[in-house]
Amino acid sequence: MTLKSEPYVINVGPQHPSTHGVFRLRLTMDGEKIIDAEMIIGYLHRSMEKLAEERTYTQNIPFTDRTDYLAAMTGNLAYVMAVEKMMEIDVPERADWLRTIMAELQRFASHCMAVGTFANDCGTWQTPVMHMIRDREKILDLFEMACGARLTTNYMRIGGVSRDIPPEFLPALAVLLKDLPKRVKEYEDLLLNNEIIIARSRGIAKLTPEEAIAYSLSGPMLRGSGVAWDLRKADPYAAYDKVEFDIAVGTNGDAYDRFAVRMAEMLQSLRILEQCADMITEGPIHARMSTSTVQPVGDPVAPLVIRPPEGEAYARIESPRGELGFYIVSDGGIAPYRFHIRAPSFINLTPLKKMTVGATIADAVVVLGSVDIVVGEVDR
Amino acid sequence: MTRLLAGQDIAHQIEQKYPEAVVDAQPEFAMVKADKLIDVCTFLRDGDLDFKFLNSLTAVDRLDAFEIVYHMTSISLNQMGSIKISTSEREKPVFPSVTSVWPGAHLQEREAYDLMGIVFEGHPDLRRIFLWEGFAGWPLRKDYLNMPGHMAGLERFPGEPGKKLEGRGNVDA
Amino acid sequence: MPILAKWYDFRDLGNAIGALQDQILDWGAPDWVPYVVSGIIGVVGILLWLLVSQIIFIWIERRVIGLMHNRIGPNRVGPMGLLQGVADAIKLLLKEAITPRATDTILFWAAPIAIFIPAMVVFAVIPFGEGMVLSDLDVGVLFFVAIGSINTIAVFAAGWSSNNKFALIGAMRQIAMLISYELVQVFAILGVVIMVGSMRMVDFVEWQSGNDVWMFAIQPLALVAFIIAGLVEVNRSPADISEAESELIAGFHTEYSGIKFGFFYAAEYFATFALCGVIVTLFMGGWTLWGLEEWVPGFLIFLTKLYAVFFIFIWARGTLPRLRIDQLMAFSWKFLLELMFVNILVVGLETLIWREGGYDAATVLPIFAAINWVLAIGLAIFWARMLGHGTASSAGKRATLTQELGAIYYEGAGTPGA
Repeated sequence: MTLKSEPYVINVGPQHPSTHGVFRLRLTMDGEKIIDAEMIIGYLHRSMEKLAEERTYTQNIPFTDRTDYLAAMTGNLAYVMAVEKMMEIDVPERADWLRTIMAELQRFASHCMAVGTFANDCGTWQTPVMHMIRDREKILDLFEMACGARLTTNYMRIGGVSRDIPPEFLPALAVLLKDLPKRVKEYEDLLLNNEIIIARSRGIAKLTPEEAIAYSLSGPMLRGSGVAWDLRKADPYAAYDKVEFDIAVGTNGDAYDRFAVRMAEMLQSLRILEQCADMITEGPIHARMSTSTVQPVGDPVAPLVIRPPEGEAYARIESPRGELGFYIVSDGGIAPYRFHIRAPSFINLTPLKKMTVGATIADAVVVLGSVDIVVGEVDR
Repeated sequence: MTRLLAGQDIAHQIEQKYPEAVVDAQPEFAMVKADKLIDVCTFLRDGDLDFKFLNSLTAVDRLDAFEIVYHMTSISLNQMGSIKISTSEREKPVFPSVTSVWPGAHLQEREAYDLMGIVFEGHPDLRRIFLWEGFAGWPLRKDYLNMPGHMAGLERFPGEPGKKLEGRGNVDA
Repeated sequence: MPILAKWYDFRDLGNAIGALQDQILDWGAPDWVPYVVSGIIGVVGILLWLLVSQIIFIWIERRVIGLMHNRIGPNRVGPMGLLQGVADAIKLLLKEAITPRATDTILFWAAPIAIFIPAMVVFAVIPFGEGMVLSDLDVGVLFFVAIGSINTIAVFAAGWSSNNKFALIGAMRQIAMLISYELVQVFAILGVVIMVGSMRMVDFVEWQSGNDVWMFAIQPLALVAFIIAGLVEVNRSPADISEAESELIAGFHTEYSGIKFGFFYAAEYFATFALCGVIVTLFMGGWTLWGLEEWVPGFLIFLTKLYAVFFIFIWARGTLPRLRIDQLMAFSWKFLLELMFVNILVVGLETLIWREGGYDAATVLPIFAAINWVLAIGLAIFWARMLGHGTASSAGKRATLTQELGAIYYEGAGTPGA
């Protein structure tokens, strides 16, 4: 017997506990079942791409902190790499190592939040996320040690990094690296084999690899669908070609696999960090730029104003959320002519409708958690 | 290491299939005729280049023209390339939508429409995405609000060589 | 009670009240006066205890959850934050109780009251100590089940009258859940009732102290089912589906604020206390503790046990994720209910053998306990396997690690969430 029912619309967000910011999901429901989903975004739109056209290349670095505010270091890195690519700057080796260390620490910290809030979306009452925030705090302490800021780091510079790490940084990192694998093991025990988490997330929002590629998904979303594609391996930047690590892939393409991929990547990040701590070299941390591109203040090591040649560049890195790309067009001026951010969590939302329709409202929350959006990056 | 395909290489490949389609080829990109875009993109996706993954789609306002830039990656061959299309139409630039080729272009085309005012024909759901319906103008365009002294290019910074700066104080928008 | 069985013997407050009743009768009052007076004393006592307990347990729960979260918890109001519950209560009292414009006003106001009253009335049948039961009904446990179901109406009234879709979904979920789990709860109780042969709450305690065994040692399956059903009934994690904060914000009480919300909040605590009280009475020997009740007031033993059971609920809340509604329902209908049928069958047979054979309790009860434990564990594992749990394909799996760039590892298999 089928009961006659009338569809109704429910607004999940913009103020809702599990939309991870001011994100709004307009669901048309039939009982508990979703028959149509539409996302409404832009509540955090800060017009970064327009603002960046009004600021010099160096002034734009803080913007990249604030797009993906859970992964400021990788945002910095992608942006400065795009400018470096345009200016053909070779970054000194030590700067590359520092960038790698910071990016991997950031990946761990970001995945802590991603996995923790995913567990929250599955209904744990804050416990995993609180424990993961503890580990994230320790990483933020390291950031504070390196650059004085915890969240919006503004650490990378075009041509290198803003300052060298203090001597106590590497010992502190070593202590942390001894501690964190135990923690990750704890989280795996708590979450990975948790019957309820498996029941809640397995088979939810399945995407085949063909779909994942067609929808331009990247990062854990793509790898969760079984595509072994990681820009750190595919297109090594910074010092990633010198370290060994594995790509974590899922086999089912569901929410659980994305979560498992993130868990595995946390361990891989630690593996990379251990190698970095061993292999880091001494040397300069900033490239010398040619004086023609440095104006009007002519310090080639710490330039205030940079004038890249006319042209365009697209640089991408593997941010915790996926392929973070910066497309920058220069007209030879001191500010970008066009500044475009290819935001992974924005594009990862493309198949949201496909993933949520047919599921229940409880699943929709899990789907959102598995996409791991940061609304600052979605809206920019 | 991802191989960056030069625009000339891509142009060469396209020209073998669609001789008329390529307008210009630079090291960074290959400029394609807008009306051939869907054919070219389908060819790029299914042909030897195997560009199954659309990295990024964005629009650039060159003042005399609007450009759409496509960056594509082939995951199996680990190579990357870029094509562009361009129009000199300023009031209502219309381009074909590539959502039928790469569904991943869906949100990015909506973004380009929202901020740059570019209409993608054949897009299933072309609406504003960040701004609200009824927002006046297309904010990422260089002539947005027509602010005096707000010039594109080098002139927009004080102390930069170029035209005399009229200042931002006399905006009456 | 060998020594000190005087009215001032605080080990047994029932005794003290009995002495008071006698005193009142001695003064020449009509018969109904001591009855009413003792009733009033009992009600006021229970209410006071409930309020104090609740305020303390708000603090305990938040501190314990804080410890589980690796943080401190409330520590500002009063010494060690002990007055946090008081501060919360004052805040709720002083806050404006907003009534949204499009609500069904009468129902909206009635729902908090309707949920609050049954949560308190249940305590009438719970024996806190020997002779310390407000109303020693012959069908006490049935009364508990019946009154416990009333909150369904209140919850639905709250959800419906709020004119909020989240609230309505929450209310609908609550009804579906209660219908499923009421059955499990009743069947779990039925096993105990069969064995004891009575529905009076006091009889359960006396049976357990008389046979020197706690019921949960004999019927573990019933206890587990009863706790799970109770979790659903009182809406606590992992079964807080009708107020799932990550999905429905606050479920059926989304629109409530101020003291009206306070009623829901308090009712949840009261219902949980009542549930713990019934668990202690039915399965854990009530106020008895192998002779310790001779020396320690029975109600203190009872309360200690009750708080210990409450801690399990806090623990579950701090640990477990939440199930989806269909999974929770499936768990009831496909798993718990069947196990309860088996439990009743086995317990019934055992009781029949015991009664007909006229065996000594000391000889048969260990045998029954052994049989039931083996059966409980075996059945649970077997039935879970039957439903596809605990197999290799349903187990958690780490992500595959690979060096092979661009390869595709998709298998497309994998069972959807059960």
